[in-house]
Amino acid sequence: MTMPILELAGVGKTFGGVQALRQVGFALREGQIVALIGPNGAGKTTLVNVVTGAQRASQGRIVFRGTDVTAQRPFQAARAGLARTFQIVQPFPRMSVIENVMAGALFAGAHARVADARSAARDELEFTGLAALAQRPASALTLAGRKRLELAKSLAMRPRLLMLDEVNAGFNSGEIDGALALIRRIAARGITILIIEHVMKVIFSLAERVLVLHHGELIADGNPAEIAGHPRVIEAYLGEKFARRVRELQANG
Amino acid sequence: MTARSWHYFLFGAWVLALASTPLWGGNYVIRLAITIAMYSALTLSWNFIGGFTGYPSFATAAFVGLGSYAGALTQNAGAPMLVAWLIATIFAGAFAAALGGIILRLKGHYFAIGSIGVVEVARLVTASWGSLTGGGDGLNVAFLPGGPDVVARTFLAAMIAIMVAAFAVTVAVDRTRFGFALRCIQQNEDAADMVGVNTTRCKIAAFVLSALFCGTVGAAYASWTGYIDPNESFSLLMTIKVPVMCLLGGAGTVLGPPVGAAAFTLLEEFFWANFLDYNRAILGAVIVILIFFLPGGLLNIPRAWSRIAGRRRSRKAPA
Repeated sequence: MTMPILELAGVGKTFGGVQALRQVGFALREGQIVALIGPNGAGKTTLVNVVTGAQRASQGRIVFRGTDVTAQRPFQAARAGLARTFQIVQPFPRMSVIENVMAGALFAGAHARVADARSAARDELEFTGLAALAQRPASALTLAGRKRLELAKSLAMRPRLLMLDEVNAGFNSGEIDGALALIRRIAARGITILIIEHVMKVIFSLAERVLVLHHGELIADGNPAEIAGHPRVIEAYLGEKFARRVRELQANG
Repeated sequence: MTARSWHYFLFGAWVLALASTPLWGGNYVIRLAITIAMYSALTLSWNFIGGFTGYPSFATAAFVGLGSYAGALTQNAGAPMLVAWLIATIFAGAFAAALGGIILRLKGHYFAIGSIGVVEVARLVTASWGSLTGGGDGLNVAFLPGGPDVVARTFLAAMIAIMVAAFAVTVAVDRTRFGFALRCIQQNEDAADMVGVNTTRCKIAAFVLSALFCGTVGAAYASWTGYIDPNESFSLLMTIKVPVMCLLGGAGTVLGPPVGAAAFTLLEEFFWANFLDYNRAILGAVIVILIFFLPGGLLNIPRAWSRIAGRRRSRKAPA
């Protein structure tokens, strides 16, 4: 087996007396699409924050591509190839769409010159379907557009691992289909994806593996069929009715 | 001509206009030109931290005052004037580097208040450290020989040179990756960190740039006037005037700072000469009105104008 791209061992995070993450351990293989699910407040976003250095783990060790990155700062994570999108989008509001993407290419991507970064940014806008809006101010985009912008910016950073924090929240079903296709194309570029999601359609059609977080603990880790039948996951998150529907759906293909 | 090269051309013409004042103006005009060049250099400096990076610094007077004293003391110790200016520049930059690591952890209003505090602390230390600085009595600096005309021309050339240097650095920052990083920090510091900008290092670098030329200006000012004291060197009025000038011209732009510095200085002269009693009140009102109605500064007038004109046209169109 090849070396995992990301490995967490015994990771914990406390905020005062609250244990947001407890003894979380798993390893991601390069090229996988893995979903991270769990009820609100389970610690999913905290986990992403700890991996990217936005918050520092209280216990445990995080290893990215063979290097211990437990104590890194966000800009170092970005340069190392760990990119993320935010649940609440974080654009540079008074810059144009293309300038937002250029920022990713300039500081974390492979481009030190502004002109090179611009052409790399144009490619990513093409890839994410935002090319027509390149000169608009980022603040003028719709929610779906801003989420795409987050993706384009992250892709311009040339990541090895991309963590998507609820990129589909607030989307209608047409927009979700578009996003699904886009995520598949990103994976086809060889980028490992960890996707945080509440929309089950996304998880069960995309992910080859699902991690379930509950009260800061990893309670299940397996393929979608196993997760849909896992008693603790059903009790904590999915609910009996929903789990039965998922199992039926999967049985029918 | 692109907007950028058009701005460079305007600045070049303005430098020539200031430099030519000895050919057609009297001492009053030359003095005004020196003041404009001096404040342009200070405003361009402030623009690095306050404009590009978006950190509202009121530390300008601390850098100017420290530069004045560093330059005057070095010159009094026997160093040539230009060497003293260079040392003052480095001293102000080093002070900003040391201070920046601490004070740049603050944001917004807290940073603003902290930076004003720096001016007061620097003033009090200077006033109290009598054995080195002469305390409240101030310091005398040897006058440049050659009489008032030569002195005026020399310092006009010096201040213009400092202004041009500050402008050149501004252009370089504006066009490179570093300037892009500062703009990212200005708009969303957390997001800048997340795309790979080393925000701590960039902020400190911008703070140092905002101090360097203030140090030079302070030392040149000390050599020019021949006398400095703590109250004038660490002046709260100056520390507020400089950001106002930058906002007036257009913060975060290349041409805004010199435009704002010139407009402010000329307005100040005009009101002072015409309304002896109420000049400061009138000037204050004019500035509030200008900043309120022109949030992007004077440089934004063409755009604001075309917007108004466009609205008028679209209102006429349906009829």
